[in-house]
Amino acid sequence: MPAARAIREIGHRAINAVWRIGMATRFFVLILMYSGNSFRRFHLIIKELFSTGVMSLIIIIVAGLFVGMVLGLQGYETLKRYGSESALGVMVALGLVRELGPVVAALLFASRAGSAMTAEIGLMKATEQISAMEMMAVNPIARIVAPRFWAGVISMPFLAAMFSAVGVFGGYFVGVVQIGVDEGSFWSQMQAAVDFREDIMNGVLKSFVFGTVVTVIALYEGYDAPPTAEGVSGATTRTVVTSSLAILMLDFILTAIMFRGN
Amino acid sequence: MERTTLDLWVGIFVVGGIAALVMLAMKVGNLGTYNVSESYQVHAYFSNIGGLKPKASIKSAGVLVGRVTDITLDMDRYEAKVLMSLDSRYHFSKDTSAKILTSGLLGEQYIGLEVGGEEEMLKSGDEMTMTQSAVVLEDLIGKFLFSKAQESAN
Repeated sequence: MPAARAIREIGHRAINAVWRIGMATRFFVLILMYSGNSFRRFHLIIKELFSTGVMSLIIIIVAGLFVGMVLGLQGYETLKRYGSESALGVMVALGLVRELGPVVAALLFASRAGSAMTAEIGLMKATEQISAMEMMAVNPIARIVAPRFWAGVISMPFLAAMFSAVGVFGGYFVGVVQIGVDEGSFWSQMQAAVDFREDIMNGVLKSFVFGTVVTVIALYEGYDAPPTAEGVSGATTRTVVTSSLAILMLDFILTAIMFRGN
Repeated sequence: MERTTLDLWVGIFVVGGIAALVMLAMKVGNLGTYNVSESYQVHAYFSNIGGLKPKASIKSAGVLVGRVTDITLDMDRYEAKVLMSLDSRYHFSKDTSAKILTSGLLGEQYIGLEVGGEEEMLKSGDEMTMTQSAVVLEDLIGKFLFSKAQESAN
């Protein structure tokens, strides 16, 4: 019966999805358990901070600048209709600090650093480097996975903050320098509307959560990848797709909790 | 890559990230304008606060002198009780009057203080007795229509 087969297929997929979430959670707990070692050998984290954080700087800064400039342009076009161009700074700053900074930076981070992490660990597994480590009684989670995890968690809030800061200057450049919105009201209305704890710290918290989720997904997919060329390429694709969807869904939930009733 | 260059780049990255956060806090957010100096609390009753919100500014002669800390409905008088924290550098006489004003036509609402002539100064916990409520547009239009109707009847 085709109907029964279709339902069985749905059930199989659901069980598989729940199973993978459970395995990823166990993997996350394992990473936390073995993190002590990687903090004792901090240069491992620093090396990973270079390849995840520093190497993502260019894409984050350029993207932040252009997102801020587009916000300035579009915000001006809309606010002009209501004669409140002076609120342009508020719009640009709140949009970046609350939403676009953490979310777009995390999406870029997932495709720039997350996919690289998955491919690297997947290939390590395919070329049996991980098995070799186990043979030498070196725990691969403590030596390879945990430093990458902490590097991702540490660099994500910094990247999001830089994205927002550069974006605000992009909005300033288009709004004040190019279009000619009053500079004083641009900054003063922004400062009056953006609250440090409500807006900036919640944005930092968001990016921290996104950083954790993206790196756990990327590392799990790499560690779990079938040790073939096809398996590694499939795992890399899954990392980008799953973590992008996870970021956007989590963002809705976090926004609903943080900014409800404001 | 050599260890020292690696450390340098990661150092630049971390310092840049912290600088971005500080810039967001100071230039974009309100941490730079927070009152770090000491303050004292006074309160006032308004029959209607309009759109006044906590953290709204309190100004005297246009100068920021404090912030609204809390707004509640007093159940004995059925009036809004507004708690204000004023910068202790500034002193106001006991008969200072508080008005709810609007900055610009559609701007935010704030409290404006006008100093009276009395010698004694407001202390922490005191009440400002002279208040003027927010102007509600519907009431204003209602009054205008009423007076127009009276004019045409005469």
